[in-house]
Amino acid sequence: MASEPHALTRRQLLGGLLALAAGAALPPCSAVAEPGDILTRRVPATGEALPLVGLGSWITFNVGDDPLLLASCTAVMAAFFAGGGRMIDSSPMYGSSQATIGHGLAELDAAERVYAADKVWTSRPAEGPAQIEASRRDWGLPRFDLLQVHNLLAWEENLATLQAMRAAGEVRHVGITTSHGRRHAALERILREADLDFVQLTYNIVDREAERRLLPLARERGIGVIANRPFQQKRLIRRLEGKPLPDWAAELGAATWAQFILKFIVSHPAVSCAIPATTRVDHVRENLAAAREPLPDAALRRRMADYVHRL
Amino acid sequence: MSAWWSYRPEDLLMFSSRVYERLFVLHNQALWPAQPLALALGAGLCLVLLRPTAGRLRLVALLLAAAWGFVAWAFLWQRYAPINWGIRYVVPLFALQAGLLLVLGGRRGGLALPSGSGASRGLGLGLAGYAVFLHPLTAVALGRGLAGAEVFALAPDPLAIATLGLAAMVRPARHGWALLVVPALWCLFSAATLSLLDGPAAWPPLLAVAIAVAARLMAPG
Repeated sequence: MASEPHALTRRQLLGGLLALAAGAALPPCSAVAEPGDILTRRVPATGEALPLVGLGSWITFNVGDDPLLLASCTAVMAAFFAGGGRMIDSSPMYGSSQATIGHGLAELDAAERVYAADKVWTSRPAEGPAQIEASRRDWGLPRFDLLQVHNLLAWEENLATLQAMRAAGEVRHVGITTSHGRRHAALERILREADLDFVQLTYNIVDREAERRLLPLARERGIGVIANRPFQQKRLIRRLEGKPLPDWAAELGAATWAQFILKFIVSHPAVSCAIPATTRVDHVRENLAAAREPLPDAALRRRMADYVHRL
Repeated sequence: MSAWWSYRPEDLLMFSSRVYERLFVLHNQALWPAQPLALALGAGLCLVLLRPTAGRLRLVALLLAAAWGFVAWAFLWQRYAPINWGIRYVVPLFALQAGLLLVLGGRRGGLALPSGSGASRGLGLGLAGYAVFLHPLTAVALGRGLAGAEVFALAPDPLAIATLGLAAMVRPARHGWALLVVPALWCLFSAATLSLLDGPAAWPPLLAVAIAVAARLMAPG
């Protein structure tokens, strides 16, 4: 994890100020090209640069204590970090996924590299702190980078818990999540009223409801956006498999449908990163490669969406 | 979870078919060589159902009660619950079924089998025989290999199907219905899970419930 010590040294303070200055000099969500690396976008709240593609863990990392499958997940994480990835997202709702991530981080000695994003998922807010502590132990980290209220569950109370933790330095960023395009009206109200660093929602080339109000609002309010279900849990990829990529996909650097879809998602200026989940090392590499130049501009994004719509 | 009714069934499935299959492979590895013993006990159960006496039937009820308790602990709690938090709520139902078998099977006259060869008896015996001898082979038929076989008394589906066989034919009818509820619920749950993971594998537990209910309705009171 990119953890920060509680007491700042002068060098760290100067570094932080430089980062803030760099962040202030850029539009809130501009993609930052670093030669040889995957593209990053700055977290609006702090100016920290995060790679445009992260790693989800729903289903794929829920493998129990099976040594064979744990090793397979660790290989996925190793490829993710080797390719420049940082954000891994999980939840106490995801079965043993948190423990799997903790296993991988320990095996790879990658606690310093990961941007650890987890959630609080309880309808009884009094249980939130204990749940977060159990999650933290599973990950094996001193603290999370981002904690989110899962699926708006008891969001007012749970978000208050997370904000208090942020104020106490126990977590760096706080957010709220939804998926499947649900409860967007409620989410819009929360984005307007609440003090958030991130919002996580479903956004991809066919689920574009968020473009109408939520993404512009998040951008206006300086809230980072994490796009979940980029492939609709494989359904979208299966739907497009066997159909030809357009000739002009090569100009985008998209060699596969997965890259085509990811490039569409992360090229939206409000999106901080997409978090595809996978069990395969080759898919991790393929996903990360989508976060390299070139990214489509607004006109090309419309063309991409129209092409998929026609299929 | 908000608006849970608007989710598709596959959105609620939280593990992959590969992980589910590996549960049984690891379970079998951990319990070996319990499988031959479990098969022998299953064969004994079928023999008792073929030639029942009051004493043998009590023994069968005790054996099944122990198996429900064992599967609840060794499979559901130890293996399945870590990848599916909903299983924590199923474990008490397995304990309830074990308790029912102990209470109804343990007391004199609590369970009896009709003499003769009625349809319900035939169907009940067929279910028990399938659960013990054929169900483990479905793993082979589905390409998972014997290492992933689901064995009677060690895995929940064959145990539930064998219990449905008993429940389909015992007297009095109210005890048969009482013993049928939890195994039927488990089989429906399992069929729903398997239909999302691997379509054809869902049929055995689903058909077992239909057959058991039909046999129960045909059985003499």
